[in-house]
Amino acid sequence: MMGICFLIVGLLFTTITKLVTTGIGIWGNNQPVAWAFDIVNFVWWIGIGHAGTLISAILFLFRQEWRTSINRFAEAMTIFAVMCAGLYPLLHLGRPWLFYWLFPYPNVMQTWPQFRSPLMWDVFAVSTYFTISVLFWYTGLLPDLASLRDRAKSRIAQVITGVAALGWRGSARHWQRYDIIYLLLAGLSTPLVLSVHSIVSLDFAVAQLPGWHTTIFPPYFVAGAVYSGFAMVLTFMIPVRAFFGFKDFVTQRHLDAMSKVMLATGLIVLYGYAMEAFVGLVYSGNPNEYFQMHNRMFGPYGWSYWMLITCNGIIPQLLWLKRVRLNPVLLWFITIVINIGMWLERFVIIVISLHRDFVPSSWGMYFPTKWDFGMFIGTMGFFGFMMCLFIRFIPMFAGFELRELLHKKKSHSH
Amino acid sequence: MSHSSPQSNVYALVAEYPTPEALLTAAEKVRDAGYKRVDALTPFPVHGIVEALGLPKSRMAALVFCAALFGAIGGFYLQVWLTTQQYPLTISGRPYFSWPNYIPVTFECMVLAAGLTAFFGMLIRNRLPRPYHPLFATRGIEASTTGKFMIVVESTDPKFDEKGTESFLRSTGAESVNAAPFDDFGRDQAADGAAK
Repeated sequence: MMGICFLIVGLLFTTITKLVTTGIGIWGNNQPVAWAFDIVNFVWWIGIGHAGTLISAILFLFRQEWRTSINRFAEAMTIFAVMCAGLYPLLHLGRPWLFYWLFPYPNVMQTWPQFRSPLMWDVFAVSTYFTISVLFWYTGLLPDLASLRDRAKSRIAQVITGVAALGWRGSARHWQRYDIIYLLLAGLSTPLVLSVHSIVSLDFAVAQLPGWHTTIFPPYFVAGAVYSGFAMVLTFMIPVRAFFGFKDFVTQRHLDAMSKVMLATGLIVLYGYAMEAFVGLVYSGNPNEYFQMHNRMFGPYGWSYWMLITCNGIIPQLLWLKRVRLNPVLLWFITIVINIGMWLERFVIIVISLHRDFVPSSWGMYFPTKWDFGMFIGTMGFFGFMMCLFIRFIPMFAGFELRELLHKKKSHSH
Repeated sequence: MSHSSPQSNVYALVAEYPTPEALLTAAEKVRDAGYKRVDALTPFPVHGIVEALGLPKSRMAALVFCAALFGAIGGFYLQVWLTTQQYPLTISGRPYFSWPNYIPVTFECMVLAAGLTAFFGMLIRNRLPRPYHPLFATRGIEASTTGKFMIVVESTDPKFDEKGTESFLRSTGAESVNAAPFDDFGRDQAADGAAK
């Protein structure tokens, strides 16, 4: 598995090398479809990352104790997904080595970023999100690294975990501050994760383009992000659980609870699709909006719209049945379908809206090139590779939290 | 770096307890006996241990709040200054001071400042990273991160007396009491970061 992923990482590096040495002309996007796979994949990956923060921060604040056995895994997923996401806008800059021009710093050119643009907000949102996710994850890891250090047998393991644990010794004074900042980081991450995908959606909603210019986008994007994120957690968790025999940690109850979250967010997303269709075809009375929606359903890319409705709207309704929610194999297939559906959603929003806008003379078609696919498959391989490394080398379950939970359970049953 | 009790070669006594409940009961006894330079080592946060040992309350929350405020004001002011003073540009006919556009970045700056302060503030206040600590030389100390609950009484405590404190700790229900030996390196470190 890791070997296959590593080969795909090679594909990613090949693509990036080709891209940087040749230019982004090797991708299929051009006028009028200037944003295509790069932004579709960016939004897709960012959305996947959001489940990690949701599981670790929001469920922590709501004291949902079942989160303890999946939060570390989901947080790691967040970090790797955001890494994949960040690559796309970075490489789409054309000259990625000048990425620091995006940040406000005094420079000899006497220029500054343009803070009225949502793309600028994105820079702040995504970089903050990545930083806070890493800090949150490392904070959670610290006591477990100390525990690994104290159990390590070999000298090398002792040194590595000793350095990584930063000398953590579980002192009462340390735990007091630790508890406070863990709660604060959870409290900060919760609005942060909502803000990140809202800001991503504003990249579109602030523009005037029919199909983008709608107020429904922020909540609809956030729900979609959670939907795809939970699907991706399950896509990875179900095989890992079966392969390593973690059925005592990740129980049927976890699968059931996560399926219900997917079902709920899936319905919100479906409501979003219904509203888009209603506003476009009926309510707005705007010929451009009407044409855009009609083109989305019956234009040259109509197949992707109907596939999207099938993948995200119809098939996941099976999750209403408890039998389905408790059947890991079936559930796994549904999560794959949702992952595809959520990717199609971004494709529909971005490519279809761009390819035919107001004036027929500026219409065009978009066809991805092999490098578009190389990049997309490459980041999936990178993600899988990092997850394999994570499972191999880092404690996958939050050990100290599980101990605490176990103790609480024991003393309650007395 | 001179040390007040050079005759003793003990940094602290470490008493081991099997459960958090036993730890809490013992911690109250230690506090009531008047020991001040004390600490507890536990594999997970034990609720109420700070009060039981009589340790000072942490001010992390206030620190992070100040950082959040600083981040928000700083982020907002940065944008106002850039768009009205330093680099005014007309964008889609909006006024130079178009504050609703500044809210997202203000928010992100607030979260970033607060998060960085929370994490690094916690490390700095805890005097971490610190790969070496005299306590690490104690016999059986590894169990403190995996399953045992320990109380530490430092030898710099005015009430500390190696024999007396040891028998006192045993009377609080400790499974075992071990001494953390003091080498010169550890002594300097302890004098540096007393009781942190």
